[in-house]
Amino acid sequence: MIQAIAFYIFASVVIVSAALTISVRNPVHSVLWLILAFFNAAGLMVLVGAEFIAMLLVIVYVGAVAVLFLFVVMMLDIEVARVREGFVRYLPLGLALAAALLAEIVIGLGAYTAGGIELARRAAPIAAEVPNIEAIGRVIYTRYLFVFEGAGLVLLVAMIGAIVLTQRERKGTRYQSVARQNARRPQDAIRNVKPEIGQGVQL
Amino acid sequence: MTVGLIHYIVVAAVLFTLGVLGIFLNRKNLIVILMAIELILLAVNINLVAFAASLQDLVGQVFAMFVLTVAAGESAIGLAIMVIYFRGRGTIAVDDVNRMKG
Repeated sequence: MIQAIAFYIFASVVIVSAALTISVRNPVHSVLWLILAFFNAAGLMVLVGAEFIAMLLVIVYVGAVAVLFLFVVMMLDIEVARVREGFVRYLPLGLALAAALLAEIVIGLGAYTAGGIELARRAAPIAAEVPNIEAIGRVIYTRYLFVFEGAGLVLLVAMIGAIVLTQRERKGTRYQSVARQNARRPQDAIRNVKPEIGQGVQL
Repeated sequence: MTVGLIHYIVVAAVLFTLGVLGIFLNRKNLIVILMAIELILLAVNINLVAFAASLQDLVGQVFAMFVLTVAAGESAIGLAIMVIYFRGRGTIAVDDVNRMKG
């Protein structure tokens, strides 16, 4: 009973906040609704026993991705009035496409509930007594090790790509030239002089 | 009123449809389009986790993790491209993106 109540609360909040994400006027509010949607999706995943994914959703999405979105929204100076143009113009097309996709999902769902297709046997059955995080760790560090390292590589490439893309050289700013500094030798830079008394120093 | 697999799939389907609708509605705002893509990937994750629980198979959760990784990288790269585009053009409207005349 309590599970059902929790499920319906989480599910309704997810759907309402997702609808508000795509329809509110201000992009900042949109990001905040997105954060609410992710939080409640994490609740849904806790309900079904996937604690690790729920934690990842809160940490990665709410903590990193949503904050990144928020930073970018506040960095860019967007005129809210212009942003809304075309909302009504694209509404029929968008609704038609969304309805088509929803119909496809409903058909697939109906086929699944009518018996479905016999799938292959389970690849990694959930052991009852092992905690979720431990079980996931056992699977990803053995069977899916290379896929896991590939995921790390994807993140590395994304990080380097984002830095390279957004880096720019400003005019009028002096930069440190590491190569020139390293190429400088003491014998080129230092001069040993013995000035005569009363003659002053040649600089 | 027990909650089953079907309930989760319905939630994910509605989320997915809302994400697709968001891509079409917000043609003037690339940020909201990126957020709609995040919603679509969230729907996929809900499906994966629900089936993992229903089939008693951990692989669904593992792949939900990989989807999450790719989504994080995608949003980072997408936002970086959007920032440099905004620097050059001063707008993020998708309809105005015709620099390459493709």
